[in-house]
Amino acid sequence: MDIQVPFLDRLFDAGLLIETGVDGLYGRSGQFEDVIAAFERLIDKVGGADGAEAMRFPPGMNRAFFETSGYMKSFPQLAGTIHSFCGNELDHMNLLKCMEVGEEDWTKGQEATDIVLTPAACYPLYPTVARRGNLPAGGGLFDLQSYCFRHEPSKDPARQQLFRMREYVCMGTESHVTDFRQLWMDRGVEMMKSVGLDVTIDIANDPFFGRAGKMLVNNQRDQNLKFELLIPITSATKPTACMSFNYHQDSFGLKWGLNLEDGSVAHTACVGFGLERIALALFHTHGLDVKEWPEDVRATLWG
Amino acid sequence: MNETIRGLLTRVGGLPVAVTELEDGADLYAAGLSSFASVQLMLGLEEAFDIEFPDSLLNRKSFASIAAIEQTVSHILQAREAA
Repeated sequence: MDIQVPFLDRLFDAGLLIETGVDGLYGRSGQFEDVIAAFERLIDKVGGADGAEAMRFPPGMNRAFFETSGYMKSFPQLAGTIHSFCGNELDHMNLLKCMEVGEEDWTKGQEATDIVLTPAACYPLYPTVARRGNLPAGGGLFDLQSYCFRHEPSKDPARQQLFRMREYVCMGTESHVTDFRQLWMDRGVEMMKSVGLDVTIDIANDPFFGRAGKMLVNNQRDQNLKFELLIPITSATKPTACMSFNYHQDSFGLKWGLNLEDGSVAHTACVGFGLERIALALFHTHGLDVKEWPEDVRATLWG
Repeated sequence: MNETIRGLLTRVGGLPVAVTELEDGADLYAAGLSSFASVQLMLGLEEAFDIEFPDSLLNRKSFASIAAIEQTVSHILQAREAA
């Protein structure tokens, strides 16, 4: 393997990812999508019998819910808001003139809409479930998948600005949701093994913003709230998180008013699959031509 | 110092109980101090005492009780005196 040519360029050359001129914003080939579809079928096979309720939201969410989520407290640097032109004819003429001259920033007059880009697939779920009233006996289990946005331009193909996240979210008592998280850590390792990927699991933290974020990082790590399943993609020494396993304690339950059948506050946990990252790990490990992948890996994905 | 800390806690702690009711050694997290409130408390302490928390002290333990906060702040102040 030629390590002189960066992995991203090799993916472009092979036509698996399609350049758009913006770092972290790529098209995907049919072949790339086929790998993601196959891996999602594997997820269905492993998790399907749990009976999770599936919901699919578009990659934009209600701005009011986004504000309540507190995302701006922790990750202002990653958020993406949707702005639109809301002016009259005169404003329009000025806008066109501004774009033609190109000296001033034409986007300055754009106004915030009621939509922000979804930062994680489960964000629209919590207010949706809260609206239903108390959870049924046995809690809740949900299956989500969405494109997600994070503003972090990078040449690392495993750090994209728009990418898909598949998630299972569990709501219930502390032991119920932490058991769920442990179950998926075990399943995750087995699943990756079954497609020939070499993984490790490690304690992790979210990229909280600024110096105050340092404290949130330390708190999160001290309390073992987040684990990641890591696979080497662009670096052997700094492997990439391809799954994450998060225990939110009762923080989302309190924030959104998620209550159990007996009225007590629900604890929540989620497990997320970074679908592009998993596809990239497969291409990196087994080669860019899926026809050349090991027979057992092909059988697991397409058998 | 104790009074300043209690004043800050009242302002940014968001506790469901009155700060005056809390013993110095009471567990603030058990009393309802959230992660985010502890960050605001940290920033408030830095401003009130004109100090900067080193990364090594930015953890739950430093803010676990009023007594722990007093100890942490004193430690930073002493370290500065010594420097």
